[in-house]
Amino acid sequence: MQTVKMVVTGPFNSGKTAFISSVSEIPVVRTERKISDGTRNLKEQTTVAMDFGRITVDKDLSLYLFGTPGQKRFDFMWEILSEGMLGFVVLIDSARPETFREARRILDTFRSYNNTPLVIGANKQDDEDAWPPDDLKIALGLDQTTRVLPCIATQKESVKSILLELLYVVLEHAAEDIPRGRKK
Amino acid sequence: MALKGNLKDVGLNQLLNLIYLAHKTGALTIQHGGGSTAARLYFREGKLIHAAMDGQAARLTDIMVQVGKLTADQAKAIRARSKVDTDKELGLLMIQNNVLNQTDIVQGVKNYLLESVYTLFTWHTGTFRFDPNVLPPEERITVAVSLDHLIIEGSRRVQEWEHLRDELPDLDLPLKFADRPDVNIRNINLSVEQWKVISFINSRNTIRQIASFLKMDEFQIRRIVYGLQTAGLVDVLPSALPSGVSAPMPLPPPALPPVGRGVLLRVIDRLRRI
Repeated sequence: MQTVKMVVTGPFNSGKTAFISSVSEIPVVRTERKISDGTRNLKEQTTVAMDFGRITVDKDLSLYLFGTPGQKRFDFMWEILSEGMLGFVVLIDSARPETFREARRILDTFRSYNNTPLVIGANKQDDEDAWPPDDLKIALGLDQTTRVLPCIATQKESVKSILLELLYVVLEHAAEDIPRGRKK
Repeated sequence: MALKGNLKDVGLNQLLNLIYLAHKTGALTIQHGGGSTAARLYFREGKLIHAAMDGQAARLTDIMVQVGKLTADQAKAIRARSKVDTDKELGLLMIQNNVLNQTDIVQGVKNYLLESVYTLFTWHTGTFRFDPNVLPPEERITVAVSLDHLIIEGSRRVQEWEHLRDELPDLDLPLKFADRPDVNIRNINLSVEQWKVISFINSRNTIRQIASFLKMDEFQIRRIVYGLQTAGLVDVLPSALPSGVSAPMPLPPPALPPVGRGVLLRVIDRLRRI
């Protein structure tokens, strides 16, 4: 059985667990603990190690989805989870600009591990205060090639479109990398 | 849909950059700190067209006084002759009475817009809100100012702010007069603000307390104290330097995906069907 892996990351309370839950065929394996610090007014529990979801492709292949902890004090898990990933999704709560800088920091950290393909999910687009993806892209100082897509993590179709987009980016990278790999 | 947030999360320069690049039309309202001071900047297709400080769209006569093109008495006389008090009428009266010409007026408004925005670059705390498609009142004059130079100047001022913050990281320290000033004090001309700060220097007053008493923000007090410090007139107790900041590491070469194209296509096909 072959497995491929994608990582869903992003700041605290950006919707990573909901994102994986929307498409996973198994109940998401969560490692959540009750929040004891000042962020408790945002939500009761948070991921401390990882979330895990699965999509069976066929009898020989499965896609694993790993969600990283959002709180900075658990960031030692990020590098471990990013090992061998196909690509990653950075989820951002589009209605909370106070998290944009942290999102950019997470993005840069993941890029420094390995320059793997990525897409940005501008989550919570159903919130009236949500920044549109194009504005978010400029606010984050991203280059034109980075894809920032609208997302509602609780909706399966929305999550599917993000994952598909990431796979298309992975395909593009693969096409670019193969000739370079054969150059020896 | 309004864009809302806090200046400490998204700075003014980032906001102007967003408005410039996205060619936005609308009004950006900024509330300074926790107080009641507010500014409103209006944009059309990514260009600054009007500014209203303290919540009020300034009349053309007030703008011309502020930028030094009119005296208060001239402005009063022009307003007295105005019947409808629109900027268009005020401008015509200025030209007809040979007080100012059209170039003076346009340049004056531009200067006012620039100075208004430069003032806002010193606001480092507060909230903002961008309301799309909101334009200034019709009776007020609009002059289009491109944001690219403003953004560059804004970056310079932000850098200056960051430099000052690095040079004077701790405002909770007192100032003292330098024991042996290494300059000839007789040749120094101090500004009013510098004199004000100097008058409060003693071992009990911290820099922050002086700023608070003189109603200066952190940028202003840092700039003044730094100026006095580099002139060799005052000393600040040294504080710990921020922990070492290393240069960003170059990106590693792109990693080859660990799987082949066939596997990717199978995953895509499966995802489409769920």
